[in-house]
Amino acid sequence: MAYKVTVNGKTRSVDVEPGTPLLWVLRDTIGLLGTKFGCGCGLCGCCTVHIDGKVARACQTLIESVGDKAITTIEGVGETDTGRKVQAAWIDHDVVQCGYCQAGQIMAATALLARKPAPTDDDIDQSMVNICRCGTYTRIRAAIHQAAGQTPAPAGPPEPEIV
Amino acid sequence: MADDMPLDSSASRRGFLKAGAVVGGGFFLSYGGAGLAARAAAEPSALSVFVSIAPDGVITITGKNPEVGQGIKTMLPMLIAEELDADWSKVRVVQADSDPSKFTAQVAGGSNATPVNWEPQRRVGAAGRQMLVEAAALTWKVPAGECVAANSVVTHTPSGRTLDYGALAAKAALIPPPDLKSVTLKDEKTFKIIGKSVRGYDSPRIVKGQPIFGIDVVLPGMVYAVFEKCPTFGGKVKSADLDAAKAMPGVTHAFVVEGNGNPAELVSGVAVVANSWWRAQAALAKLNVAWDLGPHADQSSDGFAKTAAELAKQPPHLVLRKDGDPDAAMAASAKVIEAEYAYPFVAHVPMEPQNCTAHVQGDKVEIWSNSQTPEVGRAGVVEALGVKPEDVTIHMVRGGGGFGRRLVNDQMVEAAWIARQVGAPVKLLWPREHDIKHDFYRPGGFHFMQAGLDAEGRLHAFKNRYIAFGDPDKKTFVASANMPGTEPPARMVDHLTHEVSFIPLGAPTGAMRAPVSNALCWTMQSFMDEMAAAAGKDPIDFRLDMLGPPRIFDGAGARDNFNTGRVRVLLEHVRRMSGWDQRHSLPARTGMGVAYYYCHRGYFAEVVQVTVAPSGKVKVDKVWAAGDIGSHIINPTNALNQAQGSVIDGLSQALGAKITLTGGAVDQNNFYDYPMLRMAAAPPIEVQFVRTDYSPTGLGEPALPPVVPALCNAIYAATGVRLRRLPIDTALLKQQTA
Repeated sequence: MAYKVTVNGKTRSVDVEPGTPLLWVLRDTIGLLGTKFGCGCGLCGCCTVHIDGKVARACQTLIESVGDKAITTIEGVGETDTGRKVQAAWIDHDVVQCGYCQAGQIMAATALLARKPAPTDDDIDQSMVNICRCGTYTRIRAAIHQAAGQTPAPAGPPEPEIV
Repeated sequence: MADDMPLDSSASRRGFLKAGAVVGGGFFLSYGGAGLAARAAAEPSALSVFVSIAPDGVITITGKNPEVGQGIKTMLPMLIAEELDADWSKVRVVQADSDPSKFTAQVAGGSNATPVNWEPQRRVGAAGRQMLVEAAALTWKVPAGECVAANSVVTHTPSGRTLDYGALAAKAALIPPPDLKSVTLKDEKTFKIIGKSVRGYDSPRIVKGQPIFGIDVVLPGMVYAVFEKCPTFGGKVKSADLDAAKAMPGVTHAFVVEGNGNPAELVSGVAVVANSWWRAQAALAKLNVAWDLGPHADQSSDGFAKTAAELAKQPPHLVLRKDGDPDAAMAASAKVIEAEYAYPFVAHVPMEPQNCTAHVQGDKVEIWSNSQTPEVGRAGVVEALGVKPEDVTIHMVRGGGGFGRRLVNDQMVEAAWIARQVGAPVKLLWPREHDIKHDFYRPGGFHFMQAGLDAEGRLHAFKNRYIAFGDPDKKTFVASANMPGTEPPARMVDHLTHEVSFIPLGAPTGAMRAPVSNALCWTMQSFMDEMAAAAGKDPIDFRLDMLGPPRIFDGAGARDNFNTGRVRVLLEHVRRMSGWDQRHSLPARTGMGVAYYYCHRGYFAEVVQVTVAPSGKVKVDKVWAAGDIGSHIINPTNALNQAQGSVIDGLSQALGAKITLTGGAVDQNNFYDYPMLRMAAAPPIEVQFVRTDYSPTGLGEPALPPVVPALCNAIYAATGVRLRRLPIDTALLKQQTA
């Protein structure tokens, strides 16, 4: 069945069965591979995208529910001022270990900052529920505060004390 | 994988030089022009180079090891660049294929990459520097000894003349290469790249969502596969409704795979292939597979616990170590404590589900894999498909986490088998449920222990009956259930036994981050805390006293050569870091616990502070970790990330990770019944490294084990409740009302 979807400002036609999750339309039909598959149950957040600016789990979003809503993925989020700042902060803090969850984390963080431009640690705890199996939470938190302008960009990435 | 920078294959053919034995850490220096990506792609041998310098000064360094998030794609090139005296801003990194004819030890495991490559990779860089310096000296017709290299420039010191590496590359490639053994390494005090934080090389692409993971591989004409396996281990397909699956939209193939009976390669199952992954997995529901559940369908976690309790009362199957007269010494002890500890099976759950892409054309197999041991995968493909090793090409693609799961290559063999049957490139991807139900689990275990203390509260006698998974007849452990006889407190007490009895197991097991240590450290360091409490001593003082004066326990294994002096320093260090001596002023139901461990050649001592709510809910307030991994912290920012990640990993295991079996099958399914630690539960983690004169060692693993017992010991300090089962049951921690 043919559906029209608007992803990162571009409208495309896709031919998939009803009930197909947006995640697989993005990855296998459109070929936007930045949005990741992690659990298929909406539990881990690897597939986080924005639908009309709000976070959504692409693995739980059926294609027929999307309609003409605007979808933003990790490939497009850098077009926004906030998204660009978040991506830059992720580099500044050298957040990434394996990096697999980070697209979802960045999408979650960008949506959080759109709602709460100056998030508290508690706001971050409440909103940043995506799993990072490598355990980069400390750096994610620091990067969000930087992207919010609450802390300056560090002179270098975080370092341990070496004695 | 074509990466950022082209390698000039024409230059390779023309002026290609190699130094030293290829397999002994091959060195190639090539030079080339720009814009030759197409030719490089057509010439796979161009990937054999470690270092290529273009006329514009861009230095391309090959990262030889699998990258699964440990930072090796950045770190190994740092070692080469340091000795090359390269300007790091001009360095580009390309990922090598897995190819034993060109590279050694292309493995992500055992925290081995640092100790194994520390010197050989630097020698490659040093050889390159020597050739560049000689090229400059020839150009200027001066002695090479008057020239020095720094930051990609050679300077003739007496005249001040300079030439950059780009200008020298063509001439350098014609210089006879030096013997790698003979090259002079830099004075470590002059390091400019080693010891300076370098951000992850792939991170700029990762934060933009560029496709660089195994799951992102796309080939022309590629189709998508899922592979359904028997829920019980060793089970087989009896029948499946293949036609019903094939009638589903987009499905092109559905077929039964017999397998070769080796769970690490290919087990019996049903493959479904479609033109999208969603369509392939949707068709699984139509298969209606009838399974022969195989020989292990009666195994269960409840049964294992009962068997363990019975075995503990019987003579052991194996005595690993006996020192002195433990029975007599126990009887003569002033105080004896006993405890039973049990830890569960644990799954790896790397964030990127298992996947592999394969294309089989005739006898030739091409693989795109995020394996941690691609050469083990090659052997499996060769075995299962009956092809020649040299006909298997393996491209290494970034893995979204490994943690030991990708040491096993079942997904690679499955993909190759299915691709051959299909005759097109196939991307095999496992649903998360398959990952959790078909792991090579960290094995569970049971320890029945006794400790006898003398009148001064010192450990006098120690007995451990370990009920392990393994073969009672052959007296062998299943993978990663092994325990060395030297396991502490061995060698720190005169009267000791480590005895083992075995429970047969059908489920496959394997190494998980800090294998063996992740379970034994919890067991021994928790019981050591019980001894300290029984002795009425400070837990750090008690450990220092047992460690004794600085000494080395010799041996051949990676857990041997245990230097008690290095641990002593760390315990004292973490005592200061954490404010340990002020812990008695902490509020009620807040406490600190300590643990140390030595594994994978690295030493860590850690303190956890925890607050336990009246409900029993555990909040980890903070973790302090002191580590000793030798003389250099090669990439400090990544070292911090790895250590913090290891701590989070350990806390996550302690607080929730449990795989159980019922009727021979794993009960858990996905993150709703296999929880992982998330942001709100992640504590601040302060990490300090104590530099010592020892050669640098790896950091993928040793920071993990101590945090698990340190957490449980902190909970004891906060509540008086001793936790002898993992994961932590918070119901035990509920505040008792008077």
